[in-house]
Amino acid sequence: MAAVEQVEQGAPPAVPTEPAHTDAQATHSGVISPKLGMWLFLSSDCLFFGAFIATFLLYRDRPGQKGPTPADVFDIPFTSVTSFILLMSSLTMVLALAAIQRGDHRRFRTWIMATALFGATFIGGQIFEFTQFTREGLNLDTNLFGSSFFVLTGLHGAHVTVGIIWLLSLWGLSMQGRIGQHQSEAIEIAGLYWHFVDVVWIVIFTVIYLIPK
Amino acid sequence: MSTFTETRPLVLPRPLVLRRPKSTTGFWSWFTTVDHKKIAILYGATALVFFVVGGIEALLIRLQLAGPNGTVLTASQYNTMFTMHGTTMVFLLGMPLAVAFGNYFIPLQIGARDVAFPRLNMLGYWIVLFGGLFIYSGFLFGGAPNGGWFGYAPLTSTPMSVGVLPGHGPDFWLAGIVLLGIGSTSSAINFIVTIINMRAPGMTLMRMPVFTWMMFVVAFLTVFAMPIITAAMIMVFFDRNFDTLFFNAAGGGDPLLYQHLFWLFGHPEVYILILPGMGIVSEVLPVFSRKPLFGYSVVVFSGIAIGFLGWGVWAHHMFATGLGPVAISAFGLSTMLIAVPTGVKIFNWLGTVYGGAVRLTTSMLFALGFIAMFTLGGLSGVLHSIVVADTQQTDTYFVVAHFHYVLFGGLVFGLFSGFYYWWPKIFGRMLNERIGKWNFWLMLIGFNLTFFPMHIVGLVGMPRRTYTYEPGYGWDTLNFIETIGAFVIALSVFIFLVNIIYSTRRGAIAPSDPWDGRSLEWSIPSPPPEYNFAEIPHVEARDDWWHRKYTEDADGKLVRLPAGGAVEEAEASVDTGGPDGNGAHDGHGGHGIHMPSPSFYPLIVAAGLPFLGYAAVFLNPWLVIPGLFLITFGAYAWALEPSAEPEAAH
Repeated sequence: MAAVEQVEQGAPPAVPTEPAHTDAQATHSGVISPKLGMWLFLSSDCLFFGAFIATFLLYRDRPGQKGPTPADVFDIPFTSVTSFILLMSSLTMVLALAAIQRGDHRRFRTWIMATALFGATFIGGQIFEFTQFTREGLNLDTNLFGSSFFVLTGLHGAHVTVGIIWLLSLWGLSMQGRIGQHQSEAIEIAGLYWHFVDVVWIVIFTVIYLIPK
Repeated sequence: MSTFTETRPLVLPRPLVLRRPKSTTGFWSWFTTVDHKKIAILYGATALVFFVVGGIEALLIRLQLAGPNGTVLTASQYNTMFTMHGTTMVFLLGMPLAVAFGNYFIPLQIGARDVAFPRLNMLGYWIVLFGGLFIYSGFLFGGAPNGGWFGYAPLTSTPMSVGVLPGHGPDFWLAGIVLLGIGSTSSAINFIVTIINMRAPGMTLMRMPVFTWMMFVVAFLTVFAMPIITAAMIMVFFDRNFDTLFFNAAGGGDPLLYQHLFWLFGHPEVYILILPGMGIVSEVLPVFSRKPLFGYSVVVFSGIAIGFLGWGVWAHHMFATGLGPVAISAFGLSTMLIAVPTGVKIFNWLGTVYGGAVRLTTSMLFALGFIAMFTLGGLSGVLHSIVVADTQQTDTYFVVAHFHYVLFGGLVFGLFSGFYYWWPKIFGRMLNERIGKWNFWLMLIGFNLTFFPMHIVGLVGMPRRTYTYEPGYGWDTLNFIETIGAFVIALSVFIFLVNIIYSTRRGAIAPSDPWDGRSLEWSIPSPPPEYNFAEIPHVEARDDWWHRKYTEDADGKLVRLPAGGAVEEAEASVDTGGPDGNGAHDGHGGHGIHMPSPSFYPLIVAAGLPFLGYAAVFLNPWLVIPGLFLITFGAYAWALEPSAEPEAAH
């Protein structure tokens, strides 16, 4: 419990975040293990979204489908705005990381909260969009477009939501003063996830909304 | 004002609610351990239990088919049996047992003290265990899976109310597969990061033992294949419960899409299952031939080639679906192509044994059995690249014969070879060789009795997945022989279990290097200490341990180095320091080595997942609450708990 007492007395941190044996081996790739693990998870997630995007593309032009088509329901200007907000959240994420690397905790908290709020705005936009589409008669069981659109974008929304919770948790920890400058890797890993979710949306937005039939 | 320093660490000063478990021995330590070796034993024991269960299901199938118009099982029970047999053997025997060997020996073979993420390792085990129990709990809660191990849509995706498949079978199956996918992906990520980041100094990639290499390839296949089946399962889930149209032909959906998604996962999965077996025999054959592996780099690169080509052959499972001439020609060609690296490996193994001082231990017999049986399975596999022949053989017992030669004759023989080879290292006692020989010969005979006649009944038209047949097709005798063979296999497995018990009670105490091995795991005591290596080894060559024991004289003959020379050399190389920087921690006898501390949280996170599974099966949102609670609580507590307690240094 020695380390704990030190902490309570405000002494410098004595607790390593990694066991010695992983620090020691970091020479092999130059990338710390948690970051490498995150990259691998994201590469796995790529194929997850890939399967749904491929399914959407396969089904988009099926003839003989009843109900609303993409052209009927999409509100490109509205979705462009929410997409732009999500894109900007990647910028604020970068600024948050830069701030923690400088040891500027105040700005870190500002930017990480901004990132979470931008993400939440995007999710709000998605909820509005889903409600709108439902009102115009597009549901999960209406046609293939409805099925593949809602499941794909819904799963993306779930990813963003997990990201928002993660960001808010980091913000809360930082408010308690528990994220030191030397722990910027933890922020970088969260950032990797956030940027990934963002990049996936760029693909979805381009492929589904922008490329016309 | 804008810049100030944070002094408190990311971790909380007090553990959240639960005190950190301390004990690393005793019964309860198995619930909280993060030691890769103990987790490996858990994986292995779990897989063996499921092996027995899956075997019993196979015996029931064989009893039903022993004669025409069998009455042992009803049609519906028969569906459940072949579904659960396949699902069990693929997801609950093959994958976890390979992960068990990988968990135990990847760190030992690359000279590491543990895997990169010890707690994630434990999480993966719990998820696999709970996932397996979850699927089997279908027997208690309204229907075990009964739609085949491939769960073809629209059979599985049609809403339950339509009543195509009775009960909740497909629901349990798809939720269970997603759970098992999460578990195996986490262990695959762990293996890759371990191999990339934690190799001992001097252990370059091309010095790694072939088993570790093959597990490296398998881990990549798992990381990329599992998300595809997960996506397919989610689509089936929505089709089944929320009337989406993904695989609903009436609504314009395409059932063939499911087959593409499934086999895009399913064919890499075949290599996920067979490559660990190939890795094990590539370890065993050189040791018992007293020769280095013939063409090490060719074996490694053909393993990688199989890993790549394995993504380009999936549609040969679908030749009978009418893909069109261009597609089937392309996939027929790629299927022929993938036989090339596989064949290359077989010649490498033969070249290893050729001219060697062969010792026919049980492990070696299983490895040789692997080569023979796998070659037969490979040959019947190449036949499937000939599309016209494949179209005739699709859904007949010929296919069943083929994949059992590959997966039983290949994977299971390889795993048994691994059992006899590594058992002394893991448990410190030898398995009995006499009992082992009985184990091997009965398995070889039983295996061929069971599966060889399936080629013939398949070619004369006996269909798979049909619960009974009429007399008079010429299938009766052969089917009866197959059933006898299945019981011979069961006897052989029983003898293996006897051997385990015998070994625990009376087995000879194993020395650290009973087989005169070549790789690093034989350089440390049996069983290994918790920290594996008192000093992190410095690797100078491929087969490093061998080169520390032997050198060649002027005539090229092997000369044993004086005893102790190797150890002194190893110590000297550690004393010079080196890039691992671990010298400061490494006292003598492992004193002062800082190992990760046990943790409750992997168990808690994993315990939340089956709740989500049941919520998906019964569409009961209330079950989401305890599930999410456990996962959230476990995840936060995990994140805020240091991987190793600072005061817990040994």
